[in-house]
Amino acid sequence: MKAAGLTAILSHWRRHPVQLATLILGLSLATALWSGVQAINAEARASYDAAARAIGGDGLPSLHQARGAAIPLDTYVALRRAGWLVTPVVEGTLRMTGGEVRLLGVDLLTAPPPALEGDLAGDVEPIDALGESGRLFAAPEIAARLASPDLPPVVAVEGVAPGLALADIGVAQRVLGEARIDRLLVLPDQPLGRPPLSEIAPDLEERAPDRQGGVARLTDSFHLNLTAFGLLSFVVGLFIVNGAVGLAFEQRRPTFRTLRALGLTARSLVTLLAVELLILSLAAGAIGMGLGGLIAAALLPDVAATLRGLYGATIEGSLTLRPAWWAAGIAIAVLGTAVAASGALWKVARLPALAPAQPRAWALASARTRRLQGAAAALLALAAVVLAVAGSGLVAGFLMLGALLLAAALLLPLWLAACLAGGQRLARGALAEWFWADTRQQLPGLSLALMSLLLALAANIGVGTMVDSFRLTFTGWLDQRLASELYVTARDDDEAARLVPWLEARADAVLPIARTDQRVAGAPAEIYGVADHPTYRDNWPLLAAEPEVWDAVAAGNAVLVNEQLARREGLRPGDPLDLPDGWRTRVGGIYSDYGNPAAQVLIGLDELYDRFPDYRRGDYGVRIAPERAEALRTALVDDFSLSPDQIVDQAALKRLSLDIFERTFAVTAALNVLTLTVAGFAILTSLLTLATLRLPQLAPVWALGLTRRHLAALELTRALVLAALTFSAAVPVGLMLAWVLLSVINVEAFGWSLPMHVFPADWARLALLSLLAAGVAGLWPARRLATRPPADLVKVFAHER
Amino acid sequence: MSVDHTIRAAVALALFAANAAFGQGYAGLASDAEGFALPHPDYRLEFPADHGPHPDFRIEWWYVTANLEGPDGTNYGIQWTLFRTALRPGEAEAWASPQIWFGHAAVTTPETHLFSERFARGGIGQAGVEAAPFDAWIDEWRMWGPTISDVTLTAAGDDFAYRLELQAEGPLVLHGDDGYSVKSDEGQASHYYSQPSYLARGTLTLPEGEVQVEGRAWLDREWSSQPLSDRQTGWDWFSLHFENGAAMMGYFMRQTDGAPYAVATWIAPDGTGTPLPEGVLEAEPLETATVEDREIPVAWRLRLPPRDLDVEVRALNPQSWMGTTFSYWEGPVTVMGSHEGRGYLEMTGYE
Repeated sequence: MKAAGLTAILSHWRRHPVQLATLILGLSLATALWSGVQAINAEARASYDAAARAIGGDGLPSLHQARGAAIPLDTYVALRRAGWLVTPVVEGTLRMTGGEVRLLGVDLLTAPPPALEGDLAGDVEPIDALGESGRLFAAPEIAARLASPDLPPVVAVEGVAPGLALADIGVAQRVLGEARIDRLLVLPDQPLGRPPLSEIAPDLEERAPDRQGGVARLTDSFHLNLTAFGLLSFVVGLFIVNGAVGLAFEQRRPTFRTLRALGLTARSLVTLLAVELLILSLAAGAIGMGLGGLIAAALLPDVAATLRGLYGATIEGSLTLRPAWWAAGIAIAVLGTAVAASGALWKVARLPALAPAQPRAWALASARTRRLQGAAAALLALAAVVLAVAGSGLVAGFLMLGALLLAAALLLPLWLAACLAGGQRLARGALAEWFWADTRQQLPGLSLALMSLLLALAANIGVGTMVDSFRLTFTGWLDQRLASELYVTARDDDEAARLVPWLEARADAVLPIARTDQRVAGAPAEIYGVADHPTYRDNWPLLAAEPEVWDAVAAGNAVLVNEQLARREGLRPGDPLDLPDGWRTRVGGIYSDYGNPAAQVLIGLDELYDRFPDYRRGDYGVRIAPERAEALRTALVDDFSLSPDQIVDQAALKRLSLDIFERTFAVTAALNVLTLTVAGFAILTSLLTLATLRLPQLAPVWALGLTRRHLAALELTRALVLAALTFSAAVPVGLMLAWVLLSVINVEAFGWSLPMHVFPADWARLALLSLLAAGVAGLWPARRLATRPPADLVKVFAHER
Repeated sequence: MSVDHTIRAAVALALFAANAAFGQGYAGLASDAEGFALPHPDYRLEFPADHGPHPDFRIEWWYVTANLEGPDGTNYGIQWTLFRTALRPGEAEAWASPQIWFGHAAVTTPETHLFSERFARGGIGQAGVEAAPFDAWIDEWRMWGPTISDVTLTAAGDDFAYRLELQAEGPLVLHGDDGYSVKSDEGQASHYYSQPSYLARGTLTLPEGEVQVEGRAWLDREWSSQPLSDRQTGWDWFSLHFENGAAMMGYFMRQTDGAPYAVATWIAPDGTGTPLPEGVLEAEPLETATVEDREIPVAWRLRLPPRDLDVEVRALNPQSWMGTTFSYWEGPVTVMGSHEGRGYLEMTGYE
């Protein structure tokens, strides 16, 4: 009986292949977007872990020289000889074809073993790794690109983080041309009887483990962003599944009734249906995972570029799909189907065996349903407000966003009903009144699809507004920030001493860019010295400042801080600020500093020279009339024999920055389009569902003399009207979303807020797009209606149904 | 296998491993194919200079063992070893130095065996040896004093520490032919001398607390570029102090084809050392213990007919396993039989 029942139930799909395709496609799309995003996130996390492992010192505390200076070799040896088991690390950057890698030099004899997969035994003699020729160790995909006649031979080792080259500290120091030690890692298991640090090396300070969390924390917001998008797509996909399952169940009511009448228990029927759904969801889940893998592989290079550009985090450009990912993806497909179908299953379970086999619009919303939706929306909106006021942190920001979007979605039917009621009041003539009344009658069946359209549109408007606002602000800021025409780097002090007078004779001004890495307010910070020059006075992007702030900075009476530091520490102009070495100064102003995750402080150049004599030197901004810049660049290379890679021109720097920016949001844009596609699909499914169910409503109108073609045109119009109304609601929701993204999420994630700009031209484009989506989705059902055999319509009157 | 672990292991192996290249054409040659200096029978040791390092030789060690006794009569043993190995002969500045140093330290009680290991680069001052005034160190482990006859010895791990004052009561003893010690029929040799007559006194820090101890210590000094013949798989080395004031050093190089190559030096109570001909000292394993999944002889019968010696040598703690990067057995022993006493036993190459 059960087997026969299952055959009977499944036969439905044979007769309705399009419906089956819809269901599978909807679920696959939902799973694909979700799992694609998850795959990207997992890949990134794995890369961060690999990077941390490669250093081997992950989770170890470290010793640093105060003021970020290099640690003398003698200090290292003195610590070891006092019983401090520490191991030295030097870091630097190596150029290679198509990018750079971080060079990490460690003492191969005393460093904690990095967890590498690769096997070196037999490949490298100790004398080669440690001795004068030296070896670099890098991941196989990097090794070939890194190889260069100027560098020691590169050995490919599986498991070294991409973007990293390992070497013995002696080799690394030689490659970097500097015999320095940047930090000492404190090894676990220290010997008995070790004296305190202050007795051996009072200049050093011990810092808590610099966990890989550094990068993971920074990139959290980005991944959360992706996850939110994936989740949004999944929810939209579930709307499709809900529609398709609802339709299939409704159409099979006669079958269910017959099966029940033949003696199949309600429990068996529900079980059979659950089995059917399980099979479908497993199939759709598997397809979705395949698609998700493709999406992830397509997007990963952009994500990798974004993470590198924005956070300096390196992830591998290739994708590894992990078993846990497959399991989670399939599970979410099955769970999603269960959630989407639970309502329908519940109804089947309570189906009276002798119920009339009359299909009715299955979700005829009563006034009560609508009141409930309104109440839920109000509650969610309240929750959003509470989160906005009381919550803090990125997760709270996203929760608030979710609550707002759900509230808006729940309010949509109310808004549409109000609009349609208005339309009905204005309508003149029987046909127009019927049109409005009938549209209202359809609303419950379409509201889920329209909600998904609303979400997709709002996301589009919101994210688009954010990206465009960001771009506008960012380009303006770049113009201010990159005021010098050329940026020149001297190789060493010697070259700098010759370079500066040489440049001064030929350019309008030479502005030293001197910096030092310190800790301010307990976190790493960059301190820059700025020359007292109109370049800064005229251009620097100040957000808030005291009057005459540049005079105060030049005199050493005040400093400028970036927005990130100001927000983190709650600083305003006029507040006191403690800088290293007990220097208490005043915040003179705050400037915007996009794209920089770290805190930054600007002080007068003379102050930097006096207080931080170990500052990093050798970088200069050169002011010159733009038309003469190219000639100066050529002269620097030809006459001064500077290598071309020591000079960067402003245009190239801007191009690079904007390129990073565009790539950052390429992923967002791609996900945006995909979400909109899924929403269009949801409308199509809903309209198809309704088309079949609505014959009893259309037949009388047809019988009254309206042609099928006319009816079809009305159906299409209806779809367009509903889409237009939904779009009208999506604009304010989208703007609200943009505001939250710019003023809440951005601040939490990056530490800066952005002014919001609106782009009505984009809305017009999007409005057309949504009408197009609704039009395309409505066209097919309309066409089916127009070409429907009149006999079908007559049957409505002939049959009981 | 990680990069640095590989390198550490390779460095350690260079010390002990049989390497055919080392053994070829030693006679009369000043250096081997890779440029390392080779021990020479005509070389006469000079002190204090030869207490210092010989960077042109591939391997070298300063090896102290001591048998100690606490106030309650409990026996203890300690080991302090500084190894030097050269990846290439000679010296170079700072990190470029081809000299690698490593240290092993251990404390053995009847119940436990605690050990620790250190690595250091030459050229930066993290480890080294100076002949006069004598100073040998790696990290905070150190053996130093005005002369090698009067030194302080310290070492610590994360669960033990010791500090001992060592006073030599007798002269240095040169092994083999005036310190030229032959290790095989093919002629593998090293320069080898000992200070067997230290009185030791000091403090052990154990997990249970501090213990005042005193006893006897033994220093071995040896350098070479060719430690083992390729027929040799390992060695069993004994240093014994007898209650009558005499002492003995003996080692057996185990060979794949026949009897071990047996070498011994008898040290009279007045400190005079007498090298004995090869093969006179005889050894027979009596019992083995399972240590780290291998069978290791922890009780031996030693016979030296010319001196009427017939004794049983037994490990104080059969589990005296040095689980260092290159691992071996090293621990205190007690001597019973024709002569009574204490000493140290080292066994390498048991796989």
